[in-house]
Amino acid sequence: MMKIEAIIQPSRLESVKEALLEIGVQGITVTEVRGHGRQKGHTEVYRGREYIVDLLPKIKLEMVLADGLVNRAVEAILKSAKTGKIGDGKIFLSRIEDAIRIRNEERGEGVL
Amino acid sequence: MKQMGVVCRCLMTLVLTAFPLLAQQAAVPATPPAASASAATPEVPQAVTEKLNQLEQKVTTAQSSADNAWMLASAALVLLMTGPGLALFYGGLVRQKNVLAIMMQSFALMALITVLWALVGYSLCFGGSGLVIGNFEHAFLRGVGAMPNADYAGTIPQTTFMIYQLMFAIITPALITGATAERMKFSGTVLFMTLWFLVVYAPMAHMVWGKGGFLNAAGGRFPTLDFAGGTVVHVTSGVSALVCALYLGKRVGYPKQPMPPHSLVLSFVGACLLWVGWFGFNAGSALASNGLASSAFVATQFGAAAAALGWCLAEWLKNGRASALGAISGAVAGLVAITPAAGFVGPMPALAIGFIAGVVCFWMVTRIKGMFHYDDALDAFGVHGAGGTIGALLTGVFAQAAFNPIFGAGKPVGGLDGRWRQVANQLVGVLIAWTIAAVGTIVILKLVDLLTGLRVHEEQEIAGLDITLHGEEGYNLEA
Repeated sequence: MMKIEAIIQPSRLESVKEALLEIGVQGITVTEVRGHGRQKGHTEVYRGREYIVDLLPKIKLEMVLADGLVNRAVEAILKSAKTGKIGDGKIFLSRIEDAIRIRNEERGEGVL
Repeated sequence: MKQMGVVCRCLMTLVLTAFPLLAQQAAVPATPPAASASAATPEVPQAVTEKLNQLEQKVTTAQSSADNAWMLASAALVLLMTGPGLALFYGGLVRQKNVLAIMMQSFALMALITVLWALVGYSLCFGGSGLVIGNFEHAFLRGVGAMPNADYAGTIPQTTFMIYQLMFAIITPALITGATAERMKFSGTVLFMTLWFLVVYAPMAHMVWGKGGFLNAAGGRFPTLDFAGGTVVHVTSGVSALVCALYLGKRVGYPKQPMPPHSLVLSFVGACLLWVGWFGFNAGSALASNGLASSAFVATQFGAAAAALGWCLAEWLKNGRASALGAISGAVAGLVAITPAAGFVGPMPALAIGFIAGVVCFWMVTRIKGMFHYDDALDAFGVHGAGGTIGALLTGVFAQAAFNPIFGAGKPVGGLDGRWRQVANQLVGVLIAWTIAAVGTIVILKLVDLLTGLRVHEEQEIAGLDITLHGEEGYNLEA
């Protein structure tokens, strides 16, 4: 079991969701987040006053997948989230010890 | 040659007067004998006199109905400028944590000034014929009824005139809240506005518009042209706003911390409502549904449009793009500047006044404010003080008898008529407005500072005035 966390551009959310659905990913969690990597923010001007906005809106996707699905999911995200411009985001992978379904207390990969 | 002209004119007059006579003589033989019977009674029958009187009465009623309909609609339009217009415009410009506090200030003034107006306000502005301020003739609205007040508006009930003028008294102090935004106490605001209305607004309104006022365009010592309140409304509120901003000091974190508007959408809707309401403000100031109202209506539209373009153009040249906030700020600056001029100038000068105001106010807000380091939070001075001053002075330049022969038929009015002295009169009016506003505001601020205090505590300011002063929040989106 592995967890995929992907930080992506908000504008790519729909196509990433579609690509994941296509390869059989069943559950994802989506959060609106703000942040920045190496990318510098942008400047906004209100009545002559300049503001540097360095925390930009992003979308964080989280999903826990069976080992067999992880590589295809990463590929799907890479393909669908890429615009080629700075600020496209990152993908993080980590091992997951266990998973428990709250409804019936079932454990292991089967709950995914 | 001259003699020939005179002879010709005499001949023409003769021919013209003779013609109807000839026509009558020709008609006489055709009239039946019955006509001679009626000729025997030369006095007009009583029935006809009665009919004429009735007709005259009906004409007066009809005119009064027409004027009254427009003036009641105008009064409602001017109230629309404060709430929701100004409340939304200012509300969008502050940070999210202060949106209710700034809207509440506008709304509180709608209630507070209305009550003051009924008790003494109307009388202090329009009662009696004093040089500087009114009297208590109409205190508690005594004697204000359906009969017109011939001194001000001879065709509409005095109640209509009274309620129309009230709406001006409401928006004027509300404009000042733009400078004190995000840091002034609610208690201090209420007390300050009460005193400011009595000490600054009432005398200024009486001097410029009141009977006997010494800046009154009709018969004052320095006849100042102020059609709808360039000096009375915008210079006074704008200058007081500057004084308040200086006295209160900067907001915590200004100018280092970013304080961008929390919703330009609200501001946008507010500015559009201000523009629409301004037709009541300016065209309504004709106090009748007549040609002058139309002329002021047209000037208002043209002034606003040219100013929006002027501000955007300046912005485009400086920043490389035009912004929505720039466009709406420009339109408001233009509306401010055209206010004193609306009923005196033609459409082309209106375009010029608007354009100049748009560019100058852009410069005031983006350059001058930064140079002098005052925190006029929402630019009440930069837009209303500067725009009002420019508009009042340019009114002296562009006013023409062709649009409003205020000094008598055929007499020149402003610079375009060759009467440049009017610009000096305008300057006197503006200087007096600046002085009254500045001195009055300082005195009131000192007093209110002693009584209730002016500024909220620093922690309150950081947490936001909505939650700390009013115990509520503007947006409970997850509720």
